[in-house]
Amino acid sequence: MSKKEQVEQLTTYMAHFVDHIGKKLPDDIIAKLDELAEKEDSPLSKVIYATMKKNQDLAVKLNRPSCQDTGVLQFWVKCGTQFPLIGELEGLLKEAVVKATFEAPLRHNSVETFDEYNTGKNVGKGTPTVFWDIVPDSDKCEIYAYMAGGGCTLPGKAMVLMPGAGYEGVTQFVMDVMTSYGLNACPPLLVGVGVATSVETAALLSKKALMRPLGSHNENERAAYMEKLLEDGINSIGLGPQGMGGKYSVMGVHIENTARHPSTIGVAVNVGCWSHRRGHIIFDKDLNYTITTHSGVTL
Amino acid sequence: MIEIRDGKKILVTPVSDEDLKDIHIGDIVYLTGSMTTCRDVAHRRLVEEHRPLPVDVRNNAIFHAGPIIRPLENDKFEMVSVGPTTSMRMEKFEKEFVEQTGVKVIIGKGGMGPNTEYACKNFKAIHCVFPAGNAVVAATEVEEIVRAEWRDLGMPETLWNCRVKEFGPLIVSIDADGRNMFEENKVIFNERKDKAVEEICKHVGFIK
Repeated sequence: MSKKEQVEQLTTYMAHFVDHIGKKLPDDIIAKLDELAEKEDSPLSKVIYATMKKNQDLAVKLNRPSCQDTGVLQFWVKCGTQFPLIGELEGLLKEAVVKATFEAPLRHNSVETFDEYNTGKNVGKGTPTVFWDIVPDSDKCEIYAYMAGGGCTLPGKAMVLMPGAGYEGVTQFVMDVMTSYGLNACPPLLVGVGVATSVETAALLSKKALMRPLGSHNENERAAYMEKLLEDGINSIGLGPQGMGGKYSVMGVHIENTARHPSTIGVAVNVGCWSHRRGHIIFDKDLNYTITTHSGVTL
Repeated sequence: MIEIRDGKKILVTPVSDEDLKDIHIGDIVYLTGSMTTCRDVAHRRLVEEHRPLPVDVRNNAIFHAGPIIRPLENDKFEMVSVGPTTSMRMEKFEKEFVEQTGVKVIIGKGGMGPNTEYACKNFKAIHCVFPAGNAVVAATEVEEIVRAEWRDLGMPETLWNCRVKEFGPLIVSIDADGRNMFEENKVIFNERKDKAVEEICKHVGFIK
């Protein structure tokens, strides 16, 4: 394949992948929602979970985006330095989003700031967002594609605590978001928490945490323990599906962390809604792909 | 008008004050008739810019939503995917909006605040939640897009005037007495949160 053909091939694959994740939830999310639906017993919760199930079935049957808010696309790229299309990747991901926008179709979600007009193509200055991790001596490329609606983007919050506030302060910060904005963000939620030095380092980690598979744990024993404490604590609030009351509130809590400056604790929260549309795909240098999040997909 | 069919309570437009009398927070209802999508900029244009709404929503319903639309021939459109957006963004404008337009049913996502409570109580209206993220269910309950106004606002913000059939489930979050389910729940949620924070803090004293 010539370079030009390779670029076209990868663009098409990514357009189809984006299209697909807007219509079908990842396997782990489907399983978790089924489990939570089973555990709820109030008539209101039952009606809401039954509507959710019907919606996901209809989305696949009618080949439509399951939620109308298909987000501003974000891509988390872990790219090997030897991956042949490393230089073309950012440009082709933008092209893939335009293609998916008309084919899927996706909602037009890029409003140019200050000039305040919708580009009508779902791309604009700096959108889609591409976050890079460069992997030395590798010829593979891993991509997480993520579409988050405005509803679950709104609760996002970051701040820098004094060390005196401790992990107790981190707890209070996370829990306050749950009862202020969290309940409007389409629970059951996936909660991502970043613990680092400053607002931007913590914020990036809190979003990255949402890419992890459900049921995974932070490798640090204390952080994993805190994930469990927060999960149980938020569930005990009983937000229920849609924040209208129930026995559970979250699909999980994921913490990502780095070392911190001795004088600060940067903390951030990001939440994913029940319709957690993230997909993970790995390409080798010949563009053979493996999808880890969604079974039975051919692009 | 209210119809009961297959055990479903269906509000049929035009909706009267009387129709809303026996509907309370936590009830599940459905809507048949005229519903128009209406969100951020449309509210701002009416309330701040004093531009009259180009669709008459009196005794009808509005939907805080931004859909995905597919254009068809002859200026017709297909509703592909439509679901509620966060209603709280419209809280700032909703009292004036209800007063000026005479809308009876506001559909959206999540709770609204004191401005909307006041409007629901004094101008007789209700706010309902369509379970969010269920945009295909909602789209298949839209029979036809009748009109599209203020198209300069782009696909999400255009006023899409729809004819809907048994649109729902709609969970009543503010009733015409001004009771607010989310605000009542919030009190309970915050009490539980405080208890949970206290419990967690016993175990996270990692800085020693």
